[in-house]
Amino acid sequence: MSLSQADVLAGLKEIVVEVAGIPAESIELDKNFTTDLEVDSLSMVEVVVAAEERFGVKIPDDAVEGLVTVGDAVNFIVDAAK
Amino acid sequence: MIIKSSPTTNSQILSVGSYRPKRLVPNSEIVDRIDSTDEWIQQRTGIQSRRFADPDETVISMAKAACERALKRANLTMSDVDTLILATISYPFQAPSAATELINELGNPKAAAFDISAACAGFCYGVAMASDLVRGGTSKNVLVVGVEKLSDFTDPDDRATAFIFADGAGAVIIGQSEDAKIGPAIWGSDADSRDAIMLTPAYTEFRNAPDKGVAQLGWPNISQQGQTVFRWAVYSMSKVGLKALEAAGVSVDQLDVFIPHQANIRIIETMVKEMKLPDSVLVADDIRVNGNTSAASIPLAMDILLEQHPEMHGKLALLIGYGAGLVYAGQVVQLPPQP
Repeated sequence: MSLSQADVLAGLKEIVVEVAGIPAESIELDKNFTTDLEVDSLSMVEVVVAAEERFGVKIPDDAVEGLVTVGDAVNFIVDAAK
Repeated sequence: MIIKSSPTTNSQILSVGSYRPKRLVPNSEIVDRIDSTDEWIQQRTGIQSRRFADPDETVISMAKAACERALKRANLTMSDVDTLILATISYPFQAPSAATELINELGNPKAAAFDISAACAGFCYGVAMASDLVRGGTSKNVLVVGVEKLSDFTDPDDRATAFIFADGAGAVIIGQSEDAKIGPAIWGSDADSRDAIMLTPAYTEFRNAPDKGVAQLGWPNISQQGQTVFRWAVYSMSKVGLKALEAAGVSVDQLDVFIPHQANIRIIETMVKEMKLPDSVLVADDIRVNGNTSAASIPLAMDILLEQHPEMHGKLALLIGYGAGLVYAGQVVQLPPQP
């Protein structure tokens, strides 16, 4: 199943809003999870697990460290779903 | 020929007792060495303070105090106890066991006694074994003790662990019962993640490299991969909890109390959400004040919860222990009656 970048961004926004209580409009591709959005390492795990369920992909622990921006996460999920 | 065997019985927790070290250490005493803040620690873990044992508060002295309280509350003496199971990772001797030192100190050096090494799952492993020993007729009254002096094996300069681990002891007595008051244990391992929590280096490293010593090799301390442990703890252990409820025939609506291993408030809160526990379930949060005491955390949390909520004596509780191995065990129990 292939997913579009726009679809993944929209879904990821909902997840980040739910997990971290951040307004959806502040979540953009170039935003850094830690410094811009204040999603800490444990909340990031919640985001990752919710994204795995929603998009039907696997995001292993050693890949999570590389997901610095929202765009990194979107691209990882789009690639993993191909 | 048929082998003679004891008639089977059911099992229950007769009492609980605990010992908390005298010294309460707030985050403000920890933060300077790890360049952190009280706010950061509370946000990541819920921990406001922890207890560190003084030199005269040893693994054995803390365990002894917890056992004596449990014995008193059950109106038993040590001569009534035929078995003692002790869970720890911080007794500083490989042999003989801490359990044998403890039965000697408690005044019944003839009881069966052994240690188990199942880290933060150790107490629930002990409850599972004690319950089955009683049910099978091998034992009549079993003391199950979880005790840790983790301050001896924590690096005060490690930004990932220095604020988490703590010291203390908790004990329960498991004895016979007409009705089943301890449910089947759901237990197991995820040993392919064995390196997620480690206590290294091995003692033999110091012999093998005497020129390096503690200064270069470092003292054996606990290290952990926080994100890996968080993910495993929340998402795998929630399933274990639900299986333990199912095995006991108890629905989430019938559950009164949830006492998970006190590792991190964020893990506890996310587990509650994942398991969809209703608001009516009282959730233990001793982690906030007393830190993560590994094998001791569940009986410590049980004891303080019953002190603060005496109406919960005799109510149904779900226990889940999980930790280094990675190993886990969970079971539904009826909390002990009011002493």
